[in-house]
Amino acid sequence: MKRKHLISIEELETHEIKETLETAKSFLEISKRPIKKVPTLRGKTVVNLFFEPSTRTMSSFEIAAKRLSADVMNFSSASSSVRKGETLKDTVLNLEAMNTDLLVIRHSASGAAKFLTTFCKSSVVNAGDGTHEHPTQALLDALTVLERKGRLNGMKVVIVGDILHSRVARSDTFLFTKMGSKVVLSGPSSLLPSYFSSLPVKVEYNLDKAVEGADVIIMLRLQLERMVGGFFPTLREYRERYRLTPWRLRATKPDAIVMHPGPINRGIELSSDVADSGRSVILEQVEKGVAVRMAVLSLLLGGAR
Amino acid sequence: MRRLLKNARIVSPLNKLDLIGDILIEEGQIMEIGKGLSCDDCELLDLTRMIIFPGLIDMHVHFREPGREEAEDIRSGAKAAAKGGFVAVGMMPNTQPPVDDPLRVRFVVERGKDSKVYVFPVGAFTKGREGKELTEMALMAAEGAVAFSDDGSPVGDPLILRRGLEYLLSLDLPYIDHAEDLRLSQGGVANESYFTAKLGLRGIPWVSEASIVARDLLISEFTGAKIHIQHVSCKSTLNIIKNAKARGVRVTAEATPHHLLLDETFLSNYNTNFKMNPPLRTREDRDALVEGLRSGIIDVIASDHAPHTKDDKEVEFDAAPFGVIGLETTVPLIWDKLVSKKKISIKRFVELLSINPANILNLKGFGKIEKGLPANLTVINPKKEIKIETEKFASKSKNTPFEGWKLKGAPVLTFVEGEIVFKAL
Repeated sequence: MKRKHLISIEELETHEIKETLETAKSFLEISKRPIKKVPTLRGKTVVNLFFEPSTRTMSSFEIAAKRLSADVMNFSSASSSVRKGETLKDTVLNLEAMNTDLLVIRHSASGAAKFLTTFCKSSVVNAGDGTHEHPTQALLDALTVLERKGRLNGMKVVIVGDILHSRVARSDTFLFTKMGSKVVLSGPSSLLPSYFSSLPVKVEYNLDKAVEGADVIIMLRLQLERMVGGFFPTLREYRERYRLTPWRLRATKPDAIVMHPGPINRGIELSSDVADSGRSVILEQVEKGVAVRMAVLSLLLGGAR
Repeated sequence: MRRLLKNARIVSPLNKLDLIGDILIEEGQIMEIGKGLSCDDCELLDLTRMIIFPGLIDMHVHFREPGREEAEDIRSGAKAAAKGGFVAVGMMPNTQPPVDDPLRVRFVVERGKDSKVYVFPVGAFTKGREGKELTEMALMAAEGAVAFSDDGSPVGDPLILRRGLEYLLSLDLPYIDHAEDLRLSQGGVANESYFTAKLGLRGIPWVSEASIVARDLLISEFTGAKIHIQHVSCKSTLNIIKNAKARGVRVTAEATPHHLLLDETFLSNYNTNFKMNPPLRTREDRDALVEGLRSGIIDVIASDHAPHTKDDKEVEFDAAPFGVIGLETTVPLIWDKLVSKKKISIKRFVELLSINPANILNLKGFGKIEKGLPANLTVINPKKEIKIETEKFASKSKNTPFEGWKLKGAPVLTFVEGEIVFKAL
């Protein structure tokens, strides 16, 4: 990969996605060794800059960097001087002055990762910016599907729920369509405005119809914290229409898998019996996440493998 | 001092003037207009191949005095205006504190007197611009307020708007309307569309503007008061205004250079110098606005000059304040992109930037080049090539979306009461 930063899936070429997935595949094995470490990024410094709460993504990046022998520093806004009125730019410049090589950023503002690239010398990896993109999540979703299904081309991928506020939905949509999958978006029309049909996707508000013949179903969390004004009447009504239940799964392909970027809200978008069933690959996604992030870090920093 | 402007094209559509000739200025007044004028002890300015217009007026600017003088003060703003070819500006009242009482109007007038151009205060329509209680509009008018507006904060309560508009009838002054339904645009930072949804930017839908324009024009129709719609940004608003004009509603409307020349696709890099309210909309909206200039739905081009410091703008997109500056870029942009490209005529240019704003704000002696009037003149060199470079701006702020644009046609001389307030011949 020739690029310095990973900001969005939208800007990636198909061959870059393939290269990243191939690299990630080769890293899967490292995490299964008794000694889970390679020297690829020895001497490199990676900083996790998390301005939004995260457990999964930050730990995943941290473990990925450590397994590549990089030095990692975690910075989250709760313990930062951001609250003392320091700007994002100043905060980042101060950290960068310690000679960092790569910054992983999560921020509530869309475009925050791109903003960093306008003044940073380090590589920048977007770990989720507002409602824009979350590229490594899409890559790990793709790797999970690849490992299970052997291909992405021709797969029917259904993404369900709060599309409007989901950076995962955006990144997944771009990635799966670029790789030849058929993407269907489903959710209440207030969380899936009509202009989403300008994407190369099918919009189907009726979940029962949307999941017909699906290979992959990606369920999303309702991002209540980002919602201004009532987007739907009640959680009860939302559950009725958009919760994935064993009954609804009957319409999919028999070997369809269920994914979720987490954190899941049991009983809202997923019934517990689906979440805990053999169809659910949610924990596999987490496992693949480490390999994908190892791949991204090593490709951007150009470490020899 | 006497000055003789020689060999220029003189354009003043209001009195059907369009000739190559000379203007003699004495004691701040236009003494003579004609061909082959001469004068013994005059300062002579050869303006061959230049065009002299009635002084241009930007009826929508924000100078940040009092309150945020580090972004702009009245003096620096007026200097930027002179440099941009403007002889007068309408200054919006959203300072800190806002211009919402007679004393504060007097403050702006006094500060304006020792600046380069006329600074006409627009007074706040409600106290504190909070939309609750009317300001002392008659007393403010007596101190020099030329219109009233809560610009930046729409008047939400239709009863307050109705009472205020009815009250203004007795003063025969216009109400200037920032039309926005804050509940519909809550939290928004960019036009609501497919394009901005991909960028993850929270939307300000066009209906948040158009629905309030519709309501406010009906209230204006009901009361019979004059209303001026600021910064029209979308096609739907244009249709509503067109319809109201056909019914005889006393409405005028303005468009900004950025809404005329840019659209939402410029946001792809999250550059905060493209963040303003109303937001840049679609290509279709932009084309409709240009057509609105031609058809007469839009009466005025105004910059909505909104200075912000580099520190304020150099943040993540969500956190940046709305607004861009425009005083030093409006004339070259409109000249190059609309006049030279034959989208609007030279006559329409003068109407949009001088005659109509003068009419709307009841500015006597503006909008015309005529013997006996104060010599408020703008000279444009239609062949001058410029590049927009913020470091050369007179404005204290640099937040323009047009940095680096190369344009042909620029103001070269600005006269206020016969004095040269800007010269770049």
